[in-house]
Amino acid sequence: MRFALFQGCNIPARLVQYADATRAVCRKLDIELLEPDQFNCCGYPARNLDQRAFVLSAAKNLAVAEKAGLDMLVMCKCCYGALKKAAWVLGADADLKKDINAVLAKEKLQYEGRVEIKHLLTVLHRDVGIDNLKPLMAKSFSGLQIAASYGCHALRPSNVTGFDDPVTPHIFDELVEITGAFSVEWARKLDCCGAPLTGINDRLAREMAAKKIASARDAGANYLCTACPYSHIQFDWVQNQMAAETAGWEPLAAILYPQLLGLCMGIDETTLGLSNNRLELADISSFLMT
Amino acid sequence: MKILNASPMTRTDNAILTRFPIAKYTGDYWTMFDYLLYASLIIFLLGSIYKASNWFTKNIGPADPDMAAAQRLKAAAGGMLKMIFSPKFLLVLKAIVIDVLLQGRVIKEDTGRWLAHMLIFYGFMLLLLMHALDAVITEAWFADYYPTVNPYFFLRDLAGAMVLAGVAFAVLRRYLSKTPRLRTGAGDHYAIIILAVIMLSGIGLIGLKITSHSEFLLMVEDYAGLDDEEQIQALEAVWVKDYGLVSPNVAPPFDEDLLAAGQEVNEDNCLVCHVSTQWAFSGYILAKVIEPVAGALDRAGGIDILWYIHIIACFAGLAYLPFSKMFHILCTPISLIANRVMDPRYASPANTLTRQMLELDACTHCGSCSLNCSAGMIYEAVGNPLILPSEKMSYLKQWVSGKNLTMAQLQAIGEGVYLCTNCDRCTVHCPSGIRLKELWFNVREALLLKAPPLPAVLTPFSFARGVVVKDYLKADNYMLPIEKAAANIAGQSAEVTAGEAAIPLNATADESRQLGPGDNTFSHCFSCQSCTTVCPVVGNYEQPEPVLGLLPHQIMCALGLGLTDMASKAKMIWDCLTCYQCQENCPQQVQVCDLLYQLKNVAVRQARG
Repeated sequence: MRFALFQGCNIPARLVQYADATRAVCRKLDIELLEPDQFNCCGYPARNLDQRAFVLSAAKNLAVAEKAGLDMLVMCKCCYGALKKAAWVLGADADLKKDINAVLAKEKLQYEGRVEIKHLLTVLHRDVGIDNLKPLMAKSFSGLQIAASYGCHALRPSNVTGFDDPVTPHIFDELVEITGAFSVEWARKLDCCGAPLTGINDRLAREMAAKKIASARDAGANYLCTACPYSHIQFDWVQNQMAAETAGWEPLAAILYPQLLGLCMGIDETTLGLSNNRLELADISSFLMT
Repeated sequence: MKILNASPMTRTDNAILTRFPIAKYTGDYWTMFDYLLYASLIIFLLGSIYKASNWFTKNIGPADPDMAAAQRLKAAAGGMLKMIFSPKFLLVLKAIVIDVLLQGRVIKEDTGRWLAHMLIFYGFMLLLLMHALDAVITEAWFADYYPTVNPYFFLRDLAGAMVLAGVAFAVLRRYLSKTPRLRTGAGDHYAIIILAVIMLSGIGLIGLKITSHSEFLLMVEDYAGLDDEEQIQALEAVWVKDYGLVSPNVAPPFDEDLLAAGQEVNEDNCLVCHVSTQWAFSGYILAKVIEPVAGALDRAGGIDILWYIHIIACFAGLAYLPFSKMFHILCTPISLIANRVMDPRYASPANTLTRQMLELDACTHCGSCSLNCSAGMIYEAVGNPLILPSEKMSYLKQWVSGKNLTMAQLQAIGEGVYLCTNCDRCTVHCPSGIRLKELWFNVREALLLKAPPLPAVLTPFSFARGVVVKDYLKADNYMLPIEKAAANIAGQSAEVTAGEAAIPLNATADESRQLGPGDNTFSHCFSCQSCTTVCPVVGNYEQPEPVLGLLPHQIMCALGLGLTDMASKAKMIWDCLTCYQCQENCPQQVQVCDLLYQLKNVAVRQARG
């Protein structure tokens, strides 16, 4: 399997361990990841400003992947949602597509609509498959309770994103459970982490994060699990800020899914960049059985 | 003054100099040439000192006002001392070899650009050290130096041709290629023109001198000291036949005996210190090209004119160097070394500030950053060139130099600095090793305080500011730009919810055209309020309406009534988490969340004007 790896902007700048862990896991799975240099912003942050800017930015990435003849493996759920949305909008609006392609022509690019946009989790679940992943588990967690955070922009609007069932999603839970960990049922599993308003309305953003974290803790989770840089930074960095400002706050650390999977595949903690997470993750190894 | 004309070695130059009053070698007193040279040298030195002093006195961003220039100088000196006496010195050597001499960061960007820049860099260095400073360097180090013998005669021409080839590539790239987002400004035109003028006049001078009959006679008189007319004529025949001389007296075909006699004179008198003119290949080619008009050019004083152009262009280029982008010759190597040596996490704030000022001078406006900018397509759509990193750098230079910017300019640069995804690619790609990412962080905060309210603050472009920059800022300075933007764009929510707000009953259909085509799904709404019920933002407040203005179902209702303006003023749209619960749960497939996005677009368009 070959994919164009789409990291987006947050991961190379602020969450390198997510890319490192993903590459390490994909090596084990014989998934070849290529990273076209021409990829740019997925368009997500421009959605509030200008629809055309958003679609144009997204479309350039799609056209770059098409030119390389590759489907996209997207690591960020906000990027995933934005790219899916742009492809959907372009599919429905021929005039817009023509307008966008006229701009892309300056970059010697053309978007036709052939590229498939996949998220890391859908690649693992659908393209690789749970049954093919299981034999690769060198180790297994025991007694570990994980709260999997699905991520709004991957789940909804489900007719556009096609990520999973929007009401009773299961792919992330199943991916968590092949590691031997138990994926807890938690009330706010499908809710917003607050990241879209971080930097804009921090109070509201943090209230959203706090509710989600409390819900995971109430369900007995030892860790949150993420597969999106926005959610992860929200749970890791922002929660760290919140803990520093709030007396008696017991942080609930978040682990990136490829880090969790990588540990069971026998990939070492340094490659997976566990220590790059801000909240302490070292204890997770104590749940690991060989 | 003895740079060009004092040594008997530089005979050809001497020969010219005797003919030009400006440069006439007159023994012990200074000539006009000397005055011009020293004037431009002094301007260059003072200019460089002034520009370098800015590195320690100017700043961008919310700098500590108590940080004196002396403190910054001391920190820089301390840092450098520490570096010299530590293993980090190896990094300096690495930077000098890989980044400066081999220009490794340029080849990573583009092999063609690397080749062109290497040609200019090494060609120019050779000309500077061997040719321009010959009296100081070449003569001192190479006892056999004559500008008219090899390898010097050939190398001077080769170096000129190298620079010219590099400049030709730059012209091709700047004016003919369609590199996306490569913008060419006055500074870039200047750099190309000054190099082209110096090189073309230099090669032109050689070409003209090769053809020039008056030059030939002068040299015969000065160096060969011949007075036998027959001998001179024989020599002239040889120079016409083999060396490109254009003579009014003799013309081919030549008698074999004459040539043989001329060759003998040539060997006895000329070849000792003058190789065949063909070694100056580009000058020689030029000589052949201008052959038909060479006589006229010679009589019109072409050599004098080109010599003046060449010398004046060189002096002007030298004097203006600190104020042009050619200043990068001095600054970029320092920036490249700093890039290897300085770890921004541990660098003292004083040194970081100083480095950022230096980096403004190290920028060559090459466009690598803008070509690779993650927000490149956002620039293409929004059209504000200041979104592009390379253009921001140009603006910052003006800003730092104390130029007052209008509110509109501040708004444009503010938006440009803000519409950045903080992805670091500009920093990764910069061939000058400038840490643009940190520059943006600094500039952004300063601009946010100064600039008018920016709608862009209310978008996820703020994410990095919220998770990275917030920790370094005073709470007030962090909140102010957000409050300013929110008050400007969403401040009308009070008016929206106040009972007395007038609802125009004659609202025209025009208003709904503010939304995109096909965005009329609000008309399917039957007011079941599912969107509001599932909205986590509404659910966050006991009394949501005073906070949010209109709730999602009310916004859909307003749109249904054609009250787009009213809907676009509700604070709700800016507090929307875009979690799509509303849209997913709508039994009527109203695209609630997408409509809120559209309303934000409408509000931003109105705010941007």
